[in-house]
Amino acid sequence: MREFKKTAGALLALAAAGPALAEKTIPTATRVVDPAAGWDHLWREVLIDITVIGIIFALVTAYLIWKYRRRPGNEQGNAPRLSAAAAVGWVLIPTFVFMADDFYLAANGWQLWNTFREVPADRLEVRLESGMYSWDYTYPNGVQTQNELKVPAGKPVLLRMTSRDTLHSHYIPDFRVKEDSMPGRVTYLWFYPQQPGTHVVTCTEYCGVMHSYMAGHVVVLPPAEYQAWYEAEGAKVEKAAAPAETVTKTPA
Amino acid sequence: MNLKEWIFTTDHKRVGILYLIGSIAAFGVAGIMALLMRAELSAIGPTVTADPTTYNVWLYAHGAIMILGFQIPALTGFFANYCIPLMIGAKDVAFPRVNALSVWLFYVGVILALLTFFIPDPPDVLWTGYPPYSTITAGNTALYSFTVLILGFASIIGGVNFLTTVAFMRAPGLTWGKLNIFVWCILGAFVMQLIFVPVLGSAVTLISFDKYLGTHFFDPAMGGDVLTYQNLFWFYSHPAVYVIFLPFIGVVFEIIATFARNPVFNYKAAVYGGIGGIVLISGEVWIHHLYVSGMPDWLRIGQMVSTLLISVPVGLLVISLVGTLYKGAISFETPMLYALGVVFLFLIGGLTGIPLAITALTVNLSETYYVVGHFHYVMAVAGTFAIFGGVYYWFPKMSGRMYNELWGKIGFWITFVGVNIVFWTMMDIGARIGLPRRYYDYAQFPEAAGAQHLMTVGAVILGVGFVIALLNWIIGAARGPKAGDNPWGSPSLEWSTVSPPPHGNWPSPPSVGEDWSPYAHGRR
Repeated sequence: MREFKKTAGALLALAAAGPALAEKTIPTATRVVDPAAGWDHLWREVLIDITVIGIIFALVTAYLIWKYRRRPGNEQGNAPRLSAAAAVGWVLIPTFVFMADDFYLAANGWQLWNTFREVPADRLEVRLESGMYSWDYTYPNGVQTQNELKVPAGKPVLLRMTSRDTLHSHYIPDFRVKEDSMPGRVTYLWFYPQQPGTHVVTCTEYCGVMHSYMAGHVVVLPPAEYQAWYEAEGAKVEKAAAPAETVTKTPA
Repeated sequence: MNLKEWIFTTDHKRVGILYLIGSIAAFGVAGIMALLMRAELSAIGPTVTADPTTYNVWLYAHGAIMILGFQIPALTGFFANYCIPLMIGAKDVAFPRVNALSVWLFYVGVILALLTFFIPDPPDVLWTGYPPYSTITAGNTALYSFTVLILGFASIIGGVNFLTTVAFMRAPGLTWGKLNIFVWCILGAFVMQLIFVPVLGSAVTLISFDKYLGTHFFDPAMGGDVLTYQNLFWFYSHPAVYVIFLPFIGVVFEIIATFARNPVFNYKAAVYGGIGGIVLISGEVWIHHLYVSGMPDWLRIGQMVSTLLISVPVGLLVISLVGTLYKGAISFETPMLYALGVVFLFLIGGLTGIPLAITALTVNLSETYYVVGHFHYVMAVAGTFAIFGGVYYWFPKMSGRMYNELWGKIGFWITFVGVNIVFWTMMDIGARIGLPRRYYDYAQFPEAAGAQHLMTVGAVILGVGFVIALLNWIIGAARGPKAGDNPWGSPSLEWSTVSPPPHGNWPSPPSVGEDWSPYAHGRR
């Protein structure tokens, strides 16, 4: 019954925009697994899978083409009539093999999908508002940056994303992750930066004329350096906010 | 006098040839767009045009015209019109005048699409037309909507016509179990068109309502939802892939059976398992276009499974195709080269689609050049090769003359080399560095420059191959040697009449015997 309610609720959320606006609870991961490493692993596995299938099919086809080419003494096709049992076998056996491979890949894919969607509890949470044509990040202490996301090494980063105009998609190729942002909904993605360095962020949902120029960076800093930057910037925000409060109080 | 006869014709063969001329013209225009885009991308920074909007208009025109103006009309307009009445032994289609209406509408649609290049503020919404951008752009979204609606309507009335024709106008003795695979493929394709085109029609109508009439279907500020459009759009546009796939694989079946002089291997498995399975699953997989669009997680996982299961009917069709070669007597004229080319290209395209079925892998792969390479292999290039092979195959029937075999083969090999240079490279850089598609410029990916340059060279090569094929047809139709009625020695009914067939197709309606089959090559 609870399952049914969950499904019905999700269907309702699909139908109406209102409920989608409310932020869904994000599932929590019990341990920290790097989704990018998981992606590389599954990608390699699937590449081997499809390469083997492809080579088998290509070799069989090439052999048949060569072996049964038309030549003197082989002017007419001579395919044997399939018996009913053979016809059924040629359906059931391939179906079974394909489905076995499908479900194997689906199981692995589902597991990795959970890694991408379940976010570790110990994390840095940043809000992202995308717009034509910039990425605007807001940190928990109110610090705002544009087109540059500074994060500490060794801590999972969760982005809660929305858009103020058209569709955008926040893609970080080095961390193998993207998700669309759009007006009226809040979506999320997370990644796990482990070494200091700079990584390209780029837009992968056609958003307008300057789509291909909507790029920025993720800058991964050593934790101490990040903390120093974060606190210094946070202090600036507090200073800027203090007089603003007195101003708003005066007319009331 | 002649032109008027052609415009007001109700003969299915002439309607078909009109479809062919229109769709090949559309192919030429959309192909030029592709070359312009490749030229623009050959180096980082502005090269051909300094205005990204111009590039985006090419991108829109290339996608929309190739799919809606070339592939679907060539396959379900030209091949269906020309071949189906001949294959089932009918004098014409069930509603010849409705048929003429459908080709007129098709021409209106193509002219609308070509207006893109003559109006101020042409559409720049890609062939997908996603809101909110399509409702706020300065580009003309209405032109996009009307083009889609007109071409969709042409296709729907074609569908009604062909389903009726095959159901009621088969020759005496021609039972359902003896239909050509191509006829089954067209039936499957039109069943999907009838179910799904109205959904696309409603989607593109609603974006024009939003943009011009002030409604708010896709405006979240007023209670609308942007994702609804993407669902409606792909609910049609994924089945549309099979609307292209089924007829083109049907053409390949006909060619391979004829040139291997063999019956189709496991016919019933191909028809019920393959074609039936695809029609059945086609409407349950569209979410794989929305894997990273913010859909609920349970839906993404559910449709990952249904998407992977597409491998079952597709696998059965491929086994039937390859099995048809077994103990055959295979010869390698131009149509067969194209057909075997399709098998090869489709194998690569189909298998590289498996990673894209897996939700977790698409968080990196989706919207990159990998996707572009994949769908060009599996649908764009494989489909176009099948169309070219099919035109070569039925060329002697249509014109009564023979094309030049040597130039046919040269054209094939040039195109084949070109497409593999372009689209293999595309998949490679997409998967390796994540280069996003739909980019006018790619300064943030300097490592892609070499590959982009290589692809531009490949695009020119494949363009040369297509031009050779087109010239071969034109010269062959005008001056080729007489071909005879049945140059390939096929028992299928369309070869039993004279070339080219007269109005009414046969002096008296044909009937077939108990042991006849379109693939019974001089045996039993």
